[in-house]
Amino acid sequence: MSRQTRTQQTSDFDDVDAAVANPNRTVLELDDVSKDYGQEVAVENLSLDVKDGELLTLLGPSGCGKTTTLRMIAGLERPSDGQISIADEVIADGSSFRKPEERNVGIVFQDYALFPHLTVAENIAFGLTEMEEDAVAERVDELLELVDLSAHHDKMPSQLSGGQQQRVALARSLAPEPDVLLLDEPFSNLDVRLRVEMREEVRKILKRAGVTAISVTHDQEEALSISDRVAIMNDGTIAQIGDPAEVFENPESRFVASFLGQASFLSARVTSDVIETGLGSFDVESLNGPVEAYNGAMVDVLVRPDDLQAMPTNESKADGYVVHRQYNGPSFVYRVELHSGDVVHCMHNHVETFEPGQPVEVDLVADHDLAWYPTE
Amino acid sequence: MGTKDRYERLREQATTSERDSSPHTLLAVVSLAISLLLLAPLVWVFLRAGEIEFARAVELLTSDTTVSVTLNTLALVTGVTFASILIGVPLAILTAQTDLPFKRFWTITSALPLVVPSYIGAFAFVSAFGPRGVLADLLSPLGIEQIPTIYGLHGAILVLTLFTYPYVFLTTRASLLSFDGTVVEAARTLNHTRWEAFRRVTLPQIAPGIAAGALLVALYALSDFGTPAIMQYDVFTRMIYNEFGARRLDYASVLSMLLLVMALGILAVESRLSAGRDGAYVSSGSRRPGLIRLGYWKGPALLFCGAIASLCLVLPIGILLQWLLRSGTGYSGGGFAFEASYAWNSVGLAAAAAAICVVAALPIAYLAARGSSGVSSLPERATYVGYAVPGVVLGLALVYLGLRYVPFLYQSVILLVFAYVIRFLPQAVGTTESSILQVDPQYIEAARSLGYHPLSAFRRVVLPLVAPGIAAGAALVFLTTMKELPATLMLRPTGFETFVTYIWLVQGAGYYGQAAVPALVLVGLSGLSMLVILRREDTS
Repeated sequence: MSRQTRTQQTSDFDDVDAAVANPNRTVLELDDVSKDYGQEVAVENLSLDVKDGELLTLLGPSGCGKTTTLRMIAGLERPSDGQISIADEVIADGSSFRKPEERNVGIVFQDYALFPHLTVAENIAFGLTEMEEDAVAERVDELLELVDLSAHHDKMPSQLSGGQQQRVALARSLAPEPDVLLLDEPFSNLDVRLRVEMREEVRKILKRAGVTAISVTHDQEEALSISDRVAIMNDGTIAQIGDPAEVFENPESRFVASFLGQASFLSARVTSDVIETGLGSFDVESLNGPVEAYNGAMVDVLVRPDDLQAMPTNESKADGYVVHRQYNGPSFVYRVELHSGDVVHCMHNHVETFEPGQPVEVDLVADHDLAWYPTE
Repeated sequence: MGTKDRYERLREQATTSERDSSPHTLLAVVSLAISLLLLAPLVWVFLRAGEIEFARAVELLTSDTTVSVTLNTLALVTGVTFASILIGVPLAILTAQTDLPFKRFWTITSALPLVVPSYIGAFAFVSAFGPRGVLADLLSPLGIEQIPTIYGLHGAILVLTLFTYPYVFLTTRASLLSFDGTVVEAARTLNHTRWEAFRRVTLPQIAPGIAAGALLVALYALSDFGTPAIMQYDVFTRMIYNEFGARRLDYASVLSMLLLVMALGILAVESRLSAGRDGAYVSSGSRRPGLIRLGYWKGPALLFCGAIASLCLVLPIGILLQWLLRSGTGYSGGGFAFEASYAWNSVGLAAAAAAICVVAALPIAYLAARGSSGVSSLPERATYVGYAVPGVVLGLALVYLGLRYVPFLYQSVILLVFAYVIRFLPQAVGTTESSILQVDPQYIEAARSLGYHPLSAFRRVVLPLVAPGIAAGAALVFLTTMKELPATLMLRPTGFETFVTYIWLVQGAGYYGQAAVPALVLVGLSGLSMLVILRREDTS
């Protein structure tokens, strides 16, 4: 089973379809956007477009410029250069800048920023300034139902749990029907168990509301699990953007590869029909994409723990030794130092226990083509 | 959930963690005894008023004088409070949330008027704007003979406002700074302009801060003696002092009781307000809200800050320096030479008050910070009453209590120091308690797990950590004692002079020049107490 088919299933598993008329319409467009603070460049020539109803996640290490990008879309920061458009209207470029209140962009803050002096209902009604009173009440009830908090209408934010506060923040920002909803590290303030639950919940609410959303996170698991597309950011630019499985499977750069999952690199010499590695020789076909141009050269092949399997053996047959064991509950990840000098990781069922120093033979068990990079 | 601040967590731990009850019982008894001793004189005010025959009491209460003094007092308190809000809140917003140039400088000049004791400010204003004052001197060559009088309600409001508005400024600024800027951003992304966001989000959240400052101002205006006395405006404090001088005890005690009730009323509102503020903020984001660009308003804003600073700082200090430099009749002489012993008297009294306050504050503060039940904060709250007691009321109570029950103490400095302790103990309790709260109770648990007895754990771990807080409390008490006026005037032994009584004496006699040096020294000392407060705010 390849991962490509697995993603198709992810969206099939969603019990709701995005409620949008034309899923191919571009709602948000960033064109060559940059932001610098004096000498320091936070975002550099970033271009991006997001379709109606799509959920895109900006994923990257801290300081990569993802939050700055989000704040520029919201109008909380002014781009130094480039152009941002929402629904075909330019909202920021070299000469013009629309204030946050004139953009129709909603934002869910990392710490929710609920108004502590207002009730849940008043918080949600806050952005509905142009509606009649009855219509406001109706919209508030509708949203409370959407986020499943109808019973908490009159509570103060301080009386709610973290997950509930987050849902109120979500309802509040959805109330004025924003063109784009921004989520800034939406799950970072929740404990681990709740985080997983809320991911599903939030995705469901966003899809049901049919809103175009951009979320920002440094948590790869979160990004891969909730997004329609993921943009990996590094040093103020997008390193790679695409379907989560596509990006995980075929990282275009070493940075992306090492940021997603536990990546090891296997150095290999390319010949006309095989590649020679510390684990033995493999058919060139097992590599992803054409490698002819590298015939005779060295490349680094990306292997993740689940691509490899270690088997205890005697000294003479061994590829290397087990040097470390990481226990993850259901599984072990063994670090193996190969005779060739490479260090790789192999994932095993929790009952397969090897001791440090154990000589092992490592097999490639991947059922997909392997990504590779020219050796630097 | 990460939404509680450290202080709250510590308080929680402090109240939930298990501990031995026996040392706490002892602490409670000691603390309770101290607070009862301190409250006793106030009870006297009520007892003394109760001795008056009912018909006579009604007559006194409903007399024209009482009614007019009450109205005068209310007018003064209301006027000062509102004027302080009008000055303090804009200054706080300008310095905390706009792109005003030289913000740090204006922050300091806006807080600094607090260091000028209001009676010295009042002298300066009378000297500047009074008859034969600096302004009159400047204007008379121009043919202007009559200038509006500085005396009366407006003069008292002006002076008290200028030297107490910093309470509103500081509390408002603190709530603006502690308040989470992301909620303003949230409001803006929900289609609110900057002004609408300020009105609907910022203002409701800083309102308790503004109110807290305003109540402090009201309490100060209500109990201040020096300013209305100098401005010749009849309010409770001035009337009580005059009745005391004329030995009309009945009326003085009735007025004292009324004044005390009003002060306690303000204190009660204040403490409810600050209790309600605890944990009111859910979101703990620390992002500062973006600065408001003043644009065209930059000029008027600078002018406003400059005008306030000139009136509050440049003018009084300028006048004091002028007194110092200018000599001639009316400025010096008159047989009121300043003696070094006056300074030593001031220092000695202040040191004694500070030492006693620190010792008395420790058990009370420790109990309030670490005690588990509501009862344990009772002694602390009782001492806060001393905060609200106007100096004249306390002076009156102690004079007559002394005469009746402890005549050997009457006219002794012991009674005077006792008065200072009642008035200023809350400052020592406050700083000590907050520094105890900052010490994680687990330190004690850790020390005990390493084999220390609770008491030696306290001595080895807690005491060194809270020592700076205790020292700050001592410094505050020392400095505020130095400038206390009414109780000192009423309780000092005959012939015993201090900085303050000397200033009062020469001012009363019109020899302003003689007051310049001691007044400048007092302003300098108050400046030091400001420094202590600011440094503590920086570290906590």
